[in-house]
Amino acid sequence: MTTVTAVTGNAGDADNPYALSHLDALESEAVHIFREVAGEFERPVILFSGGKDSIVMLHLALKAFAPAAVPFSLLHVDTGHNFPEVLDYRDRTVERHGLRLHVASVQDFIDRGELRERPDGTRNPLQTVPLLDAIEKGRFDAVFGGGRRDEEKARAKERVFSLRDEFGGWDPRRQRPELWQLYNGKHSPGEHVRVFPLSNWTELDVWQYIAREKIELPAIYYAHEREVFARNGMWLAPGEWGGPKDGESLETRQVRYRTVGDMSCTGAVDSDAGTIEAVIAEIAVSRLTERGATRADDKMSEAAMEDRKREGYF
Amino acid sequence: MSTTTHTDALDAVDAGAASLLRFATAGSVDDGKSTLVGRLLHDSKSVLADQLEAVEHASRNRGQEAPDLALLTDGLRAEREQGITIDVAYRYFATPRRRFILADTPGHVQYTRNMVTGASTAELAVVLVDARNGVVEQTRRHAAVAALLRVPHVVLAVNKMDLADYAEPVFAAIAEEFTTYAASLGVPEITAIPISALAGDNVVSPSANMDWYGGPTVLEHLETVPVVTDPGDDPGRFPVQYVIRPQTAEHPDYRGYAGQIASGVLRVGDAVTVLPSGRTSTIEAIDALGQAVDVAWAPQSVTVRLADDIDVSRGDLIAPTATAPGVTQDIEATVCHVADRPLAVGQRVLLKHTTRTVKAIVKDIPSRLTLDDLSQHPAPGELAANDIGRVVVRTAEPLALDAYADSRRTGSFLLIDPADGTTLTAGMAGDAFAQAAAEAAPADGADDEGWDF
Repeated sequence: MTTVTAVTGNAGDADNPYALSHLDALESEAVHIFREVAGEFERPVILFSGGKDSIVMLHLALKAFAPAAVPFSLLHVDTGHNFPEVLDYRDRTVERHGLRLHVASVQDFIDRGELRERPDGTRNPLQTVPLLDAIEKGRFDAVFGGGRRDEEKARAKERVFSLRDEFGGWDPRRQRPELWQLYNGKHSPGEHVRVFPLSNWTELDVWQYIAREKIELPAIYYAHEREVFARNGMWLAPGEWGGPKDGESLETRQVRYRTVGDMSCTGAVDSDAGTIEAVIAEIAVSRLTERGATRADDKMSEAAMEDRKREGYF
Repeated sequence: MSTTTHTDALDAVDAGAASLLRFATAGSVDDGKSTLVGRLLHDSKSVLADQLEAVEHASRNRGQEAPDLALLTDGLRAEREQGITIDVAYRYFATPRRRFILADTPGHVQYTRNMVTGASTAELAVVLVDARNGVVEQTRRHAAVAALLRVPHVVLAVNKMDLADYAEPVFAAIAEEFTTYAASLGVPEITAIPISALAGDNVVSPSANMDWYGGPTVLEHLETVPVVTDPGDDPGRFPVQYVIRPQTAEHPDYRGYAGQIASGVLRVGDAVTVLPSGRTSTIEAIDALGQAVDVAWAPQSVTVRLADDIDVSRGDLIAPTATAPGVTQDIEATVCHVADRPLAVGQRVLLKHTTRTVKAIVKDIPSRLTLDDLSQHPAPGELAANDIGRVVVRTAEPLALDAYADSRRTGSFLLIDPADGTTLTAGMAGDAFAQAAAEAAPADGADDEGWDF
C-alpha cells in the first residue's frame, strides 16, 4: 500500500471531448497575448527578422485579428549581414499582408560613427543600440519579440510581459511577478514593455506548428548545397562581413540553418533534411540545442545572454 | 544515464496532439528540489549535450567534481553566485505521452510570492520533503499555498529515501501526516511518492530498493494525472479583449468580440448577457481562429458575433444569461502581497480583473495569515511583501466577479499601483480555503474560523 490518494479525485479523463492538443493550447495562449497588447497599448510593434520564430509570431497575429488587419507595424533590426534569402522573404511578406516595415540599420550607425565594428566582425551585439533608438524614435510602447524560454537559461527567467526601463534595460531581480493570465502592461513614459507570445513554445513546437499551418519559410531552413567554411566548430557562410579569413577555406556542403541571424555568428548544420517532416525528425533526435549548435554569441560567457538582455537586447 | 533512442524521440514528436501539463515544484532549500528537477529533465532526455557540457564546464570552474545539475536551472548570475534559486524559471520537456511546462519555484519563505506565481497557472504541485526531517513548517507553508491557489493535484515527494534505509514506515508516517493536513485545507487530490532524486529511485524509473511501493513514479504520475476538467460543467465566461471591426469592402459590417473563453462552453444560439451593462443578445457566430464553429470552450481563443448591435467593449464579460454572474463593487478576497512596499488600508489602487482595469480603494485588511500554523492576526493594518491576508476592496465600477473557488480565471485579480504600474497584490475572491477545510476542522469546539481567517 503506497499511493495515498486522498479525498475526492477529479474525474476528468484523457478522452474528454473538450481536451485541446498542446499546439492548440499554445496557439490560444499566444493569441490571447496579442489581443491583450492590442487592447492596452498605444503603439505596439513586432520585431520581425524573417526568422522562423518571428514568422510564427506574425502568423499568430494575423489569425488573432482576422478578418481585420494586424494592428501593429513591423520592425527589423538590420545588421547589414543578413542572408539575402531572408531579406527577400521579409520584403515579400510585408507586401503580401500590406504591413508597414520599419528598418533600424546597424550599418547606418557604423557609417555615422555612432557604433564601432568589433574586431571579430560580429554585429549581433551591436543591434541593441539601433533597436533602442528605433523604439524611442517610433515611440513604441510594446515590442513583440519571438524569444522562447527554452532557448537559453536567462530567457527561462523572462516574463511574458517584461518591463524595460528608459534605457531599455532588463533587471531580472526586479521583475513583476506574473500571475494567472493577468498580464500587467502598465508603464511610465519612456519605459516600454517587451512581449513574448512564444514564451512557452519549444523549438519542436514551433516546427510542428509551421507544419500544421503550412507556413512558408525562407529556403535556408531546409537542406541545400552551400559554400561554407569552418570557424569555432561551426559552418559559416562567406560574405562581405569578413569571412573566410586567411587559413579558412571554402567548401561546398549540404547544410541547413536552425536559426537565422547575423551571418557572422549564425552557423549552419550538416543536414539532408529537405522537407519539414525531415526537419522535425532531425530536431527530435538532435543532441544539441538550437542555440548551442548554431550561435557563437551565446558561447562568449556563461551569462552572455543575461548580460546582453540587461543592456536592452531582446 | 539513459541515452536517447530515435524511437523515443520520434514518439515524442507524435505528441503533437498530446496534452499539456503545467506543474510547479516547491521545496525547502536543502530538500533536493534542484536535483529532482535536474533528474526529471535529465532522465526524460530533455537535457541536451551542449547544456550538459556547459554545466560540466561551469562545475569544473567552481572546483566541483561532479556536474551540479542545479546549474541547469539556476539561470541568473546572482543565482549561480549564491547557489540559490531567486526567481521562478520555466522549463519545458516532453515524453511520448505528454508535454510539460514546469514552473521551478524557489523555496525560501521570503519568496512566497514566487511560489504563488508558479502555482497560479499550475494544475499540479510537487511538494518535496526530506525523509529524515518529515513534515516541517515549510512543508505546511507549501501545502497551504497550493490549497489557497486551488492547485487541483498535489504530489508529496518524500525525498532522500536512500538516507532513510528505504524504509516503508518512514514514508508511511510522513505521507499520512501530510495527507491529513493537506486534506484539511481542502486540497482535492494528494499522491505521495517515496523517491531518491539523487539515486534516481521512483523519479523516472521504478525503484528496486522499495519493492513495497506499488504506485507510479513521479514522471508516470505526471504523465497520467487527468488535466482536463469538463468545461461542460462550468458556466460560460467570455471576457471581451478586443473589438474586431475590419471596415473593409469585404467586411463592411463585421463586428466581432475577440477573447479567450475563461471557463465553460459557448454555443451558437446561446442567449447571452453582457456585463456589467446587463444588455442581452444571442450568439450569432463563433470564429475559432479562422474556422466558423458551432461550439467552443475554455481555454480557446475565439471571436464571437452577437445577433444584436449592442454596446460591447474591452472589459465587458459575455456569459450565457442562464448562468451569468452577479456584479459587485465590494470584493472580499484572500491576497498575497507581492511588492516590496506594503499595502495599507485606505490605499488607492487599480484593480485588474480579466480584461477590465478599474479604480479601487482598500477598505479593510481584516486579517493576516501566518502560513506556518495557519493562525490569523486580526487587523494588521497593512500587508508586507510575501504576506497573505484577507482584504476588502471597493471598486469604482461594478465587476462581474466569480469566487476563485469556482473559477481561477474569473475569480482572480491584481492590485496595481496607479502611480508607476507596480504589481502590488494577487487576489483570490471569496473564501480562502476549500469547503473541506471547514468540515475537516478539528473538533476542538472551534468552528471554521481557524481556516476561514
